[in-house]
Amino acid sequence: MSLQLWIWLMIGITFALYIGIAIWSRAGSTKDFYVAGSGVSPIANGMATAADWMSAASFISMAGLISFMGYDGSVFLMGWTGGYVLLALLLAPYLRKFGKFTVPDFIGDRYYSDTARIVAVICALIISFTYVAGQMRGVGLVFSRYLEVDINTGVIIGMAIVLFYAVLGGMKGITYTQVAQYCVLIFAFMVPAIFISIQMTGNPIPQLGFGSQGHDGMYLLDKLDGLSTELGFHEYTSGSKSMLDVFFITAALMVGTAGLPHVIVRFFTVKKVSDARKSAGWALLFIGILYTTAPAIAVFARTNLIETVSEKRYDDLPGWFDNWEKTGLLTFEDKNKDGIVQYLADPQLNELNIDRDIMVMANPEIAELPNWVIALLAAGALAAALSTAAGLLLVISSSISHDLIKKIINPNISEKGELIYARISAFFAVVMAGYFGINPPGFVAAVVALAFGLAAASFFPAIVMGIFYKRMNKEGAISGMVTGLLLMLFYMTKFKFGWFGGGSQEDWWFGVSPEGFGTFAMLVNFIVSITVCQFTSVPPKEIQELVEKIRIPTTE
Amino acid sequence: MNKKLAQKYWKENLKYLIILLSIWFTVSFGFGILLVDELNQFKIGGFKLGFWFAQQGSIYVFIILIFVYIFLMNRLDKKFNLK
Repeated sequence: MSLQLWIWLMIGITFALYIGIAIWSRAGSTKDFYVAGSGVSPIANGMATAADWMSAASFISMAGLISFMGYDGSVFLMGWTGGYVLLALLLAPYLRKFGKFTVPDFIGDRYYSDTARIVAVICALIISFTYVAGQMRGVGLVFSRYLEVDINTGVIIGMAIVLFYAVLGGMKGITYTQVAQYCVLIFAFMVPAIFISIQMTGNPIPQLGFGSQGHDGMYLLDKLDGLSTELGFHEYTSGSKSMLDVFFITAALMVGTAGLPHVIVRFFTVKKVSDARKSAGWALLFIGILYTTAPAIAVFARTNLIETVSEKRYDDLPGWFDNWEKTGLLTFEDKNKDGIVQYLADPQLNELNIDRDIMVMANPEIAELPNWVIALLAAGALAAALSTAAGLLLVISSSISHDLIKKIINPNISEKGELIYARISAFFAVVMAGYFGINPPGFVAAVVALAFGLAAASFFPAIVMGIFYKRMNKEGAISGMVTGLLLMLFYMTKFKFGWFGGGSQEDWWFGVSPEGFGTFAMLVNFIVSITVCQFTSVPPKEIQELVEKIRIPTTE
Repeated sequence: MNKKLAQKYWKENLKYLIILLSIWFTVSFGFGILLVDELNQFKIGGFKLGFWFAQQGSIYVFIILIFVYIFLMNRLDKKFNLK
């Protein structure tokens, strides 16, 4: 069967499945729409959280990124998994006990203030919009590469699907489609990884394979270290970033993960506190399968790539090279006109430019795997992008219909009216996300890093202190959130967009990159909050009682 | 639940958190970042040890930590008759 046919078949079947699930799990109430009726089982919620969390970036870009960064890529691996330990131990059980619908709900109630609620809504909206634009772009990319349709058509098809199940099913529909999407994406990610691991090392478990010997009896990592240094790159297993920066970026990603609203709300969907803990464990287990495989793929792909192209005659290169050259993501320029590919670290002499996003997608072709594996990968990438987009859209729609309309603008709105607003805002959120997918702001990558920094600098301290520090009051929390947020925005715009006089790497404060600055801004948030709260009044008695209540997982 | 018992429960909970988070910090920030060069002198199979912690080991430990936490808290809930 031809590749095109396989791809249409795989995507057709998976999309039909998602739509079927959406019809079966329509939302009947606002509770269904926001938190799936709080009746999701911990394992299902773990899978849904994993799909929600692993975006097009995790699926398509991360392994490629690591394959070019080597050890430095560990910041993503530890950062995007370690956050779940914080979530499980410091946030999820207590927020579940609190038992409302959204993160601004918690901030607004705990800090007895609509100002706090609005600050939280703004943070949630900024974070979610930046993210969702990236996902829609991912959907468009997959469609355009594999179905040979225009990127924009791809974005519109993706929008239509998400629209259908997010607007119809709300959180309930999203949850059960995410369970299906997790299964599709993990299968799609693992199958090529296992094939390639067997091909290169004889070991079917990629996690062990990349620490094993290749067919020449040499350890794969030693070989890759040698190849890398030979071509002038840094040794693969050691990095080029400073230790302090690696530390700060890892911390910012961990804390940012724990502060992302679309991840946090997933823990509102289970029945009880002990289920919230369990689903965090399942979620990390399901995420860990992909995250421990990604560094293996990175090593296989990098070694394979260097061995296939370096110092080879351009005319003799295999067919996949041609295919990807057509997309413009792989370019070759014969600078010294010898007809041979020189792939080197030195930009003056290097003749090959590789977009890191293609490493995962091209991998099955490089390893000469059968067509159905390539088709599976396309369906998996779409599952990853769609599931994350849907989770984010729900946060956007509930921020508007619940946190703004129900809680601030019109508290007397009926349940039915709120549900209508929820669906309308979901609809507009999808349309806006699609718009950003078709006309992506040039700074998407920069803004995604900003989203983590913002979550770390704003939400995380406010929620953690809301639970663990009874004395924390609204003045402290609001001043901390606002300071953290502004400081983060200032640093990012200064060093990413050149505002406020701009600056280069030498001007970084303490040598911390903008990606790692979230950690710094978070610390400032903590310090400001604690200082301000010492000089202002203790929170009211009923708030102190609320804090005591959420610490104990009883049901009454 | 009365106030005294609630405080006792909370103290136990905090003790677990401190122990588990210390391990969390040690395997990731400790072994994977601060001590990476020292640990890289040792090898398990083809992996340098520090590199392995940064890209594999820390994630396995994270997963185990959460399941240990689930176990400990379920036991604690039982001890305090919380359902």
